[in-house]
Amino acid sequence: MRLATPAKASPAKTEQLILFRVSGQLFAISSSSVQEVRSADSMSGGATEISAPGLRKVRHVLRRGDRSLFIVNGAMHFGLHAAEGAQLFVLRKTRTALLIDGIEKMTTMTQLQALPLSFCHEERQWYRGLTALDQTVVPVVHPEGFLSPEELALLDAALLQADKTESENLERTSAEQ
Amino acid sequence: MTVSTELELQSFVLLRLGERRFAVSANQIAELVAPSRVFRFPHRTPKLEGVILRRGRIVPVCDVSEMLLGKRLTSRRFYLIAVRKYGAQREWVAVPVTGECELIKAEMMAAVESDAPHVAGWLSHDGDVIEVLNLDAITPGPEQLLAEAAARQRPEARP
Repeated sequence: MRLATPAKASPAKTEQLILFRVSGQLFAISSSSVQEVRSADSMSGGATEISAPGLRKVRHVLRRGDRSLFIVNGAMHFGLHAAEGAQLFVLRKTRTALLIDGIEKMTTMTQLQALPLSFCHEERQWYRGLTALDQTVVPVVHPEGFLSPEELALLDAALLQADKTESENLERTSAEQ
Repeated sequence: MTVSTELELQSFVLLRLGERRFAVSANQIAELVAPSRVFRFPHRTPKLEGVILRRGRIVPVCDVSEMLLGKRLTSRRFYLIAVRKYGAQREWVAVPVTGECELIKAEMMAAVESDAPHVAGWLSHDGDVIEVLNLDAITPGPEQLLAEAAARQRPEARP
């Protein structure tokens, strides 16, 4: 008599996470979403100021060739107490660089639970879901949730305006000389 | 007791919030648990305090005291874990209560149009008339967001 082959237990799907803090609050992000981690100081020389009406969480933009990365203050984005931010996450496949307090640690997530449907405001764009790690619950952020298409359009318009003003100033200066 | 009256009796859980008692249909209650650590994280949904961990599930905690009593109650004795419907989906929601809960059988009088949206009906128990709560109306969900958006679009009434 042949015995049925026992079904192989499929390994639990895991995901590498970076746990980080913003204004003291713990968050998680998939490590595959983070392209670079930089100290905020190292970026200060390359960043230029930007001001889009009604969008206080973005004050600086980083130019990388023809690409612009908007630096989002994590504390302001989440409505937390203002914090300076010591590190920057350059987020893959987005135009966002996220200003954070610092990295807590790296860990592995085995289960991501969808954000309960009771949460029905902006947080649905902010988070991919929640995960339980070491008897605590941590929200896992959505890398594309820091800047909406409308906010990106506002920032692009502000950037265009800033470039125009700068080139006009340059022209004026060279004309004066 | 005749068969017809027996059929009209339904099970309810009586809960206490401050000085008042409310009822919830027993088939909407999953369990009653002792308060545990509430995990908080940034969000913008009013009434939600955070989440608790219960049997491996992450359950949102929704404080309904302000809506039902007009003031926020900080003391809590239990979390009543209720089943909230979101269309075809069902999820657990933990509602903090301040006193003992009781399972009773009673006949419910249906709510009328003039009743507040959070009232699913009324029942009489121990000489008190008690509101039966409509959990879908007192706990947040996507339908409330739609209602808020509609209210914002509605032109303001002018004298």
